[in-house]
Amino acid sequence: MKVLLSILREYADVGDDQDVIAAALNTLGLAVESIEVVGTPVDGVVTARVLRTQKHPEADRVTRVWVDSGDGIEKHVWCGATNMKENDIVALATIGTTMPDGRDIARRGILGIDSEGMLCSAIELGLGDDTSGIMIFAPDTQLGLSPFAILEIERDVLFDLDLTRNRPDCWGHLGVARDLAAHFQIPMRKANTFAAGKSVGPSASVDIVRDDRCAMFSVQVISGIKVAPSPNWVVSRLHALGMRSINNVVDASNLVMLELNQPNHAYDADVVNSFRIRCAHEKETIVTLDGVTRILHADDLLICNAADDSAVGLAGVMGGQESEITDSTTVLALEIAAFVADPIRFTANRHGLRSEASARFERGVDPEGVRGAIDRFVTILSHTCPLVSLCGEPVVARASNQANPAAIELRLSEIERVLSVRLDSSSAIQILSGIGFNCVVNTGNRAETINVQVPSWRPDCTIEVDLIEEIARHYGYEKIGKRVPKSAVHGRLSVFQQRRRQLRRVLLGLGLDEAMPSPFLAPGDLALAGLNESNVLVIANPLVTEESVLRTSLRPGLLNAIRYNLSHRAQRIALWEIGHVYPRGSQALPDEAEMLCVLVAHADVSEAAKQWNMIADSLGIGANIEQSRVPDGLHPTRSATLSRGKTVLGVIGEIDPGVLAAFGIDCRVSCLEINLSTVLAEMAQPAQAKDLNRFPSSDIDLSFVLEDSSTALSLQRALRQAAGSQLVSIELFDVYRGTGVDASARSLTFRLRLQMPADTLTESDIAGIRDKCIGAALKIGAVLRS
Amino acid sequence: MASDTSSSSAALSAVVAGALAAMKSAPTTDALKAALAQALGKKGELSILKASLGKITDADERREFGQLINSATEAITAASNERRSELENVERDAQIGRERLDITELLLAPSATQRQGRMHLVTQSTERLEDVFIGLGFQIAEGPEVESDFYNFEALNMPPSHPARSMWDTLFIDADPQGSVVLRTHTSPVQIRIMQEWPPPIYAIMPGRVFRRDTPDATHMPVFHQIEGLVIDKNITFADLAGTIEAFTQAFFGSDFTSRLRPSYFPFTEPSAEFDIRRPDGTWIELGGCGMVHPSVLQAGGLDPQEWSGFAFGFGIDRMAKERHGVGDLRDMYSNDVRFLGQFT
Repeated sequence: MKVLLSILREYADVGDDQDVIAAALNTLGLAVESIEVVGTPVDGVVTARVLRTQKHPEADRVTRVWVDSGDGIEKHVWCGATNMKENDIVALATIGTTMPDGRDIARRGILGIDSEGMLCSAIELGLGDDTSGIMIFAPDTQLGLSPFAILEIERDVLFDLDLTRNRPDCWGHLGVARDLAAHFQIPMRKANTFAAGKSVGPSASVDIVRDDRCAMFSVQVISGIKVAPSPNWVVSRLHALGMRSINNVVDASNLVMLELNQPNHAYDADVVNSFRIRCAHEKETIVTLDGVTRILHADDLLICNAADDSAVGLAGVMGGQESEITDSTTVLALEIAAFVADPIRFTANRHGLRSEASARFERGVDPEGVRGAIDRFVTILSHTCPLVSLCGEPVVARASNQANPAAIELRLSEIERVLSVRLDSSSAIQILSGIGFNCVVNTGNRAETINVQVPSWRPDCTIEVDLIEEIARHYGYEKIGKRVPKSAVHGRLSVFQQRRRQLRRVLLGLGLDEAMPSPFLAPGDLALAGLNESNVLVIANPLVTEESVLRTSLRPGLLNAIRYNLSHRAQRIALWEIGHVYPRGSQALPDEAEMLCVLVAHADVSEAAKQWNMIADSLGIGANIEQSRVPDGLHPTRSATLSRGKTVLGVIGEIDPGVLAAFGIDCRVSCLEINLSTVLAEMAQPAQAKDLNRFPSSDIDLSFVLEDSSTALSLQRALRQAAGSQLVSIELFDVYRGTGVDASARSLTFRLRLQMPADTLTESDIAGIRDKCIGAALKIGAVLRS
Repeated sequence: MASDTSSSSAALSAVVAGALAAMKSAPTTDALKAALAQALGKKGELSILKASLGKITDADERREFGQLINSATEAITAASNERRSELENVERDAQIGRERLDITELLLAPSATQRQGRMHLVTQSTERLEDVFIGLGFQIAEGPEVESDFYNFEALNMPPSHPARSMWDTLFIDADPQGSVVLRTHTSPVQIRIMQEWPPPIYAIMPGRVFRRDTPDATHMPVFHQIEGLVIDKNITFADLAGTIEAFTQAFFGSDFTSRLRPSYFPFTEPSAEFDIRRPDGTWIELGGCGMVHPSVLQAGGLDPQEWSGFAFGFGIDRMAKERHGVGDLRDMYSNDVRFLGQFT
């Protein structure tokens, strides 16, 4: 929302120090996005009369012009425009002038003939957006004057405000000025209203059919209109505020909206003067002012000519073309209305037509602002239509169930409870009444309260805390003070969070980098990774289809990251991610779970085995390694499911060669996945100390030949069981395949450390354990290697 | 007898001289050991002479000769020790010479250059923020990233079709009814969840991933991270909010940083504010939003707004990491390029 300092100053004398005003606006929560100085006169530019013009035979794109700027001295300039003729009054930038765009006007020549200045267009002087040619002034314009003085253009300051949703009133200059006046503790200026005459004209009528959608609709018939261009000050203000000047009537209408946050519409009263406000019939159409034919929806509110029920405007959004004022209009019907906010937004969105009016209606306008808006409209028009007069009183129709502004009981104790600021009732009243809230001290209760009547322009204020926020804004956030509350709880990580951090440190120690791929996948990504894609959630309004599926596995994202890094010839690609997956569940929300995935390029399953051992040891977790349950998407003979009974904790292995090929990855990739929602939630019991055994220990090494169909773990278990309580540790320290061992088997050498808790092992003790181990191994098919 | 003694003395002198010479010239510790054994060993030359002591009948002579043998033993032992020390020094020097390694070669070797892994910048920043808030007495809460309309909007004082919902470009899940499930647009739904689950008082922060329908550019990502704070207690005021923001600012950025609050609007807080951080050089960083928890939000969380009051604040983590590490383009942070990841220990 743009506001001009000149307009603000018409409502309150806020001074002219733009920095002080900007600071005040920021303090009030009307955040200043930018400040721009506009209308600064360009020194060195003066009006001049064209004495004669002449084409040069060798320069067909430019014209020679001789001018006099009032001092009787003839000056010659070259000019690229062609719209001037003898005796026209033009703007001459004399030598030494610095133009707004930074150009310096110097004595420059074409074909050896000097130019003693430049004739200016409006846009070159920052006086509008007319690029059609140089500026031509009225024939009676005095020579040698600044065009800025002639056009009554004053230096002005434009503030661009980033308004919050709760301040509809500040969509007009009046609201901003009201806040500033309260802040600076200065009075609001009384409006300088034109005393319009009374006259007789067509009588207006209003019929609100849908009073659930229209709180108020008023019409004032105004006569004495002569459609003409607007005065310069109107044009330049509108221009600065980002609107184009159309004519005096439309411009007055727009300026009233910008100043008072009161969108309004002027109809030709000879075309329409009786109004009906109803919703559209399905498929009804209207041609809006922008010339577009709109096919309407049954929820679109229309303003209709009651005479024939034809639509003359899309309520709150844009007027219709048919009832537009024309150059021959002499009597107006001025509409000032208040529509119910939300449906205006829906209509504007439906038609992709967000106008200055709809932006204001969807936030809320003042339903009591009719009189002020009419007065301001007439006052602006009086500059071009001195005979403007009001035909009777405005016809004001109100919805039967119109919501009144809230009356709120404000407790002083509540102000203190929320802000820790103790205000007496007069201080609180001073603040609130300064911004238009009517306050009466409630003497009935023992507790001090104030009865506050919310003004009609603040529909956002409905409850007590809304008033407390107003008080805080005007009291000043910076004056409220700072104190640190003493936390009533013990600050710490939960067990889950502690274990997650511990896991991160283990992963870092393993030399693995944390990646953060997008949780959005392309349709087919999961299938490409060999994973089930039937239980996914899909984004209804994705930015791109490639990011429309919510992941149910971290693997596709990391596989893409591996491919990316391989393509950049990265040498060590070892990535992990801890993140959520979102498989569809039986409830509305997915069965969201936190997962770990580790992928290492150029690594086989042994890398994943090392990682699992380290993680399992660090977190004190265990799992069955089920190689018979091949996880989806992993190498069928080099992978296993990590499980506990029916619960799947994760997977360990290598990515399936087919998946690697599908992702364009040409090396082995190890894979470890663990469901952290399960394992991090487990609370490890504190380890209990064991007495240190001071008796000597003995090691025995046993080598067995075991068929590949049996696991090393099964042999280790058998040995562990056979060795019994004397076994301190068992370690697989050699695996051998090759000469002397069948092709379908391998030799496994275990080293067992034996120790008795309270005695020294004898040779025969050791021999006995050795025999038991050999026997147990044989039972599972492991033959001692001689 | 005197001749016996004198011949023995002569033999002793010869043994001593011979032993000392042998030791002095012993080329190795092993040769030294052999020379010592030859002189002092069980069957060594001195032992033989010692054995002859018994044959000396005169007590004085015997004592005298015994003393001679003892001094000879001491002399030989001393010579041996001296030589051993010499030889050991030589051998140690030789060993040390042999064992020379170029440490830089080892440092450059592949097995030594394997580095520690790296945490993502967002995780690093999150942990740092968590630690600061733990120090201020906060706990850490987490919640689902796919949320219901209720937690993401309605409970946060934005009933269906509330205009403020358009403050966030929301990604919706294809669900029945349409619009009922969203990718959470902020971490604020966790506020409601913990109000419902944790008995007050609550001092908690809620870091997490959030989603907006934003086209990625240098400063925006559709998936990014926020941290949210919530305090619910009796007699919590706006001053507590301002003080907590200030305490956080100084703990996280440094004691020469300060903070300020500016009025703003959020549907779930009132009064609401933006908070800015002032750098020591006087420039300001706009950090996030905050405010007193709106009474409707307390009610949605099952708390009586007349009994409990509180404040909430939130800001983006990604931008903070971006600033701290001078990352020019937010998209680099999510490229998963190991050349990028590897830079940040």
